[in-house]
Amino acid sequence: MNAVIEEHHHDHKPSGIGRWLFSTNHKDIGTMYLWFSFTMFFIGGALALIIRAELFQPGLQIVEPEFFNQLTTLHGLIMVFGVIMPAFVGLANWQIPMMIGAPDMALPRMNNWSFWLLPAAFGMLLASLVMSILGMGSAPNFGWTFYAPLSTTYGPDSTDYFIFSVHLMGVSSVMGAINVIATIMNLRAPGMTYMKMPIFVWTWFITAYLLIAVMPVLAGVVTMMLTDRNFGTSFFNAAGGGDPVMFQHVFWFFGHPEVYIMILPAFGIVSQIIPTFARKKLFGYTSMVYATASIAFLSFIVWAHHMFTTGMPVAGELFFMYATMLIAVPTGVKVFNWVSTMWKGSLTFETPMLFAIAFVFLFTIGGFTGLMLCIVPADFQYHDTYFVVAHFHYVLVTGAAFSIMAAVYYWLPKWTGHMYDETLGKWHFWLTCISANVLFFPMHFTGLAGMPRRIPDYNLQFVEFNQISTIGAFVFGFSQLIFLYLVIKTVRKGEKAKDKVWEGAEGLEFTLPSPAPFHSFTTPPEVK
Amino acid sequence: MSVQPSHNKVIGKLLILVFAMFGFGFALVPLYDVFCDVTGLNGKTGGQVAAVETPVIDLNRVVKVQFVASLNANMPWEFKPMTRSMQLHPGESATVDFYARNTSQVDIIGQAVPSVTPGLAASYFQKTECFCFTEQKLAAGEERRMPVIFRIDNALPDDIHELTLSYTFFIKPSTEMTSNNVSLNNNQENSL
Repeated sequence: MNAVIEEHHHDHKPSGIGRWLFSTNHKDIGTMYLWFSFTMFFIGGALALIIRAELFQPGLQIVEPEFFNQLTTLHGLIMVFGVIMPAFVGLANWQIPMMIGAPDMALPRMNNWSFWLLPAAFGMLLASLVMSILGMGSAPNFGWTFYAPLSTTYGPDSTDYFIFSVHLMGVSSVMGAINVIATIMNLRAPGMTYMKMPIFVWTWFITAYLLIAVMPVLAGVVTMMLTDRNFGTSFFNAAGGGDPVMFQHVFWFFGHPEVYIMILPAFGIVSQIIPTFARKKLFGYTSMVYATASIAFLSFIVWAHHMFTTGMPVAGELFFMYATMLIAVPTGVKVFNWVSTMWKGSLTFETPMLFAIAFVFLFTIGGFTGLMLCIVPADFQYHDTYFVVAHFHYVLVTGAAFSIMAAVYYWLPKWTGHMYDETLGKWHFWLTCISANVLFFPMHFTGLAGMPRRIPDYNLQFVEFNQISTIGAFVFGFSQLIFLYLVIKTVRKGEKAKDKVWEGAEGLEFTLPSPAPFHSFTTPPEVK
Repeated sequence: MSVQPSHNKVIGKLLILVFAMFGFGFALVPLYDVFCDVTGLNGKTGGQVAAVETPVIDLNRVVKVQFVASLNANMPWEFKPMTRSMQLHPGESATVDFYARNTSQVDIIGQAVPSVTPGLAASYFQKTECFCFTEQKLAAGEERRMPVIFRIDNALPDDIHELTLSYTFFIKPSTEMTSNNVSLNNNQENSL
């Protein structure tokens, strides 16, 4: 019976809005995830541009400090939960079944549900911002880390919207992660052993376990906030026997693995792209897998390096400092492997490769500033300054976001059947890469000189660097319109893409026609 | 397809993991307290201890103890120690008075939260009587002297010569609502 339906629907897509609302197709759901992420990218980016416009000059020009706090909070929440994470889930949806030779994700209906929770979650979060603009109370204003008691005792009414929104995002991520694990464990093509899986699939496999381990902890911490705010408990209220510092421990127990959730799939993407354009096999496949697994393990025992200034005892500071330094070892293995893959390869520099190389270089800068921050005495100086802002924007923008852009350029011809406009792609890359550095590099200097983060006003000595950052921010922001135009243009028309899109491309997805058919691998391929 | 049962097995295991981790998030709350008690981190002092009949006093050592009193934001009380600091021998019992006055027009129940610096000395700071063991209700304008009787354990590490005992008074959360309703000088956003 099932087989008959499959036959009937083969390459016959349902039409109209129902195709998207009720979709159980991994490609359609992947597409929705990616467009959702792209939309949120522009919303979160617009908030960032208001922040940068305000910081163009010292003093207060454009927004009130109270609204500035809401901007930094929502910018962070949207970029983390609304852009980077959904984009990676979208890529997983599109690519994992095609890369392991499966017909679809293992749990297609749950897949639909986990996507459609996201618009609800972000609708609620953004509604609080709209209400704030309309003068009906404040949006969340306590920073994306929502430390108690700022978010409990002193949080605005909209905090409860925020809490419910985080619950929905958590449910969505956990369901997505379960789906990824079930797909990878059960639907691999015959002959594809774990150690033959493409490295992107491996990194997502490990990321999914991280999600399952820590998203429930996040759900727990916001539930405690909810009961503290509304039902008279005192988890984080010292007067009732609770402890605000404990909030930070529980939050960062989630928060640190979370930052690896946002970078491990990026490692996977880059490990797919560099071999293709170096026309060599990935150097050190096995060490890549083990490095990913050790980074995931270490991410659980370093959380308190975010809290060095809370008054920890020296023994604790030393433990978390050394454990954090240890992460540099597997990360170093990865960077070494990428560079070795390029070594003596016949390199060409198409747009995905340019983004991948920029990733390797700029992510490494972000990694090094991370090492500086983990040194306890230095951290006392750097804590809560723009140096931290520079650090995590290097790993998340020029790291995670660059890898997502690289992935889109790399697989877009496979998705749409059209080659993208290479000239336009190169323009997008160079403008993005240069402006991102103009935007974020000066923040290292303002941070080292002591400019605090999350403050709308600043000392006169920081003016020049802030103006350079703001100029970079606007060039960066508007360059992304090129990307939007390019993607729409490629979806509509373009030179026909070959099945094996790139000369050096390897992997099952490149054995399928371009564009990839609505249902792929209804009979599993044989992997030697 | 015939793979359905094995999906259920994977989903089942992963769901157990999800609920276990959700529970673990809450388990971190008592674990955190246990960890702080065991290691003496975080400056948390223990509960009431019994007075010793024949104390062993170490006359060779002198420890300086300082007293600090502070109020949480929006707490309309006056609160101070009657003695700023004192010198005593380990093992010796001492009494210090704190003074509190409710400067507002309403009755308020307060809860004092103690903390000892350096944190590692907290477990050697033993209180036989303290106003922090119970909540303190002060009627509008009422004032009160509140004693703390304590001793420093003989086992206090040799490198600690000076301790600070700090109390912060909080409005008891359950009474905060009512105190807000009578428009105390509280932040409007508070607990609404």
